[in-house]
Amino acid sequence: MNRLGDAVVYLNDPFNWTRSGGILDLLAEHLRISVLAVLAAMVVALPVGALLGHTGRGGGFTVALSNVSRAVPTLALLTVFAVTPIGFGPTATTIALGVFAVPPILTNTYVGFRGVDRDVVEAARGMGLSGRQVATRVELPLAAPLLMTGVRTAAVQVVATATLAALVAGGGLGSIITLGFRQQDYGAVVAGAILVAALAVLTELLLVTASWALTPGEKRLPFLRARRRTPVPEPTSSGVPL
Amino acid sequence: MLNAVTADVLAADAAPNPWFDLSYVTSNWDTIVGYLGEHVRLTIGAVVLGALIALPLALLARRSRWLAGPVLGLSTLVYTIPSLAMFAFVAPITGITATTVLVGLVLYSLVILVRNFLAGLQAVPADVREAARGMGYGPARLFWQVELPLALPAFMAGIRIATVSTVALVTVGVIVGHGGLGQLITGGFAANFYRAQIVTGAVGCVLLALLADLLLAGAERVLTPWSRGTRA
Repeated sequence: MNRLGDAVVYLNDPFNWTRSGGILDLLAEHLRISVLAVLAAMVVALPVGALLGHTGRGGGFTVALSNVSRAVPTLALLTVFAVTPIGFGPTATTIALGVFAVPPILTNTYVGFRGVDRDVVEAARGMGLSGRQVATRVELPLAAPLLMTGVRTAAVQVVATATLAALVAGGGLGSIITLGFRQQDYGAVVAGAILVAALAVLTELLLVTASWALTPGEKRLPFLRARRRTPVPEPTSSGVPL
Repeated sequence: MLNAVTADVLAADAAPNPWFDLSYVTSNWDTIVGYLGEHVRLTIGAVVLGALIALPLALLARRSRWLAGPVLGLSTLVYTIPSLAMFAFVAPITGITATTVLVGLVLYSLVILVRNFLAGLQAVPADVREAARGMGYGPARLFWQVELPLALPAFMAGIRIATVSTVALVTVGVIVGHGGLGQLITGGFAANFYRAQIVTGAVGCVLLALLADLLLAGAERVLTPWSRGTRA
């Protein structure tokens, strides 16, 4: 338990926060990398997912992609981009994390667009809406909750895995942990772990609230409804032999 | 700043650095197999232990609604914690050992498994259970002969996801020096960015995950002969 005490001492020292290369600097770097990666992934995955979902093609492809991406270690991708001519540093980290953020956004966007009630689409068609109008005015609002879920999953995952960048010298809050291990300073290790875990949980809470506020339609308070929700098993590639 | 300096040194280094080198694999075969063995041991240990803990938890959570909320909430929280932080929390207690990695991995696989086990159990139709009870099935026999077979597809789905993500997560164990094939990735990174070693480790991880998924999919087919007809 005195590791925890050491961690509290570490976190209580203002110098650890404000010095250059301290917690605040690392936090800023961590957030910059994460935000860029998620935005890049959104730019790629949202239109593609919407298109695939709208036309109803490529379902097997998206499921296969999300399953294969699960098998690729983040560490491997972070390292592989770092040994290309990009060189190791924030750019390689951002690209690797962006690649990792694509599958959850793509899959959820696809499922969201695909899951729109066919009757509603029929009705919209019957009212004379063109294909594009159906996609933007009917399917998009109805798919919005799942779309937000995809972005939230991706964002939390990116914030969490940005920690690993420290293993390949990419910076971010993870470097407090790696440095602590190297210096056998377990107080710093636990302090870093607390910071990283808190950041991930905060991101999740923030985005749950944001998606609640942004989602059109009937509103129920977030967190409360979770109690009655029956768990849904995570989709696998059942039927898609990988 | 340091990055720029290193990049210059790298540019000056004209030694060949291929993406894949068969001679690297053959000459370091024993090392690779050693790390592979550790990787497989950690994965199997984490999934088996996770399943053993997850099953009673899922059964408890199904029994009462009061428990289901906290169990699921807690598991979501655990899953949000980054793996590096998880190992960092565990390391001061268990030291720089493979146990640290195993404990962290068990926690993650546990989260996936509880969720899928619970979903599988809840999907068993209530009237089927009712009918079995009416036929005089006790709780143990009800579980083994009625609920388990019906929930098996969901159980296996959970085990497959847990296995594949565990294979990928083992690599983060390099932080305490027990990362299985991940050791090759960071080893190659430290050895002046030796690509062949990095790629061998990375490709090995992916192949291992796909092989494990295939084996489990095969096991699922063998265990659920009745569902074969419905599948395409």
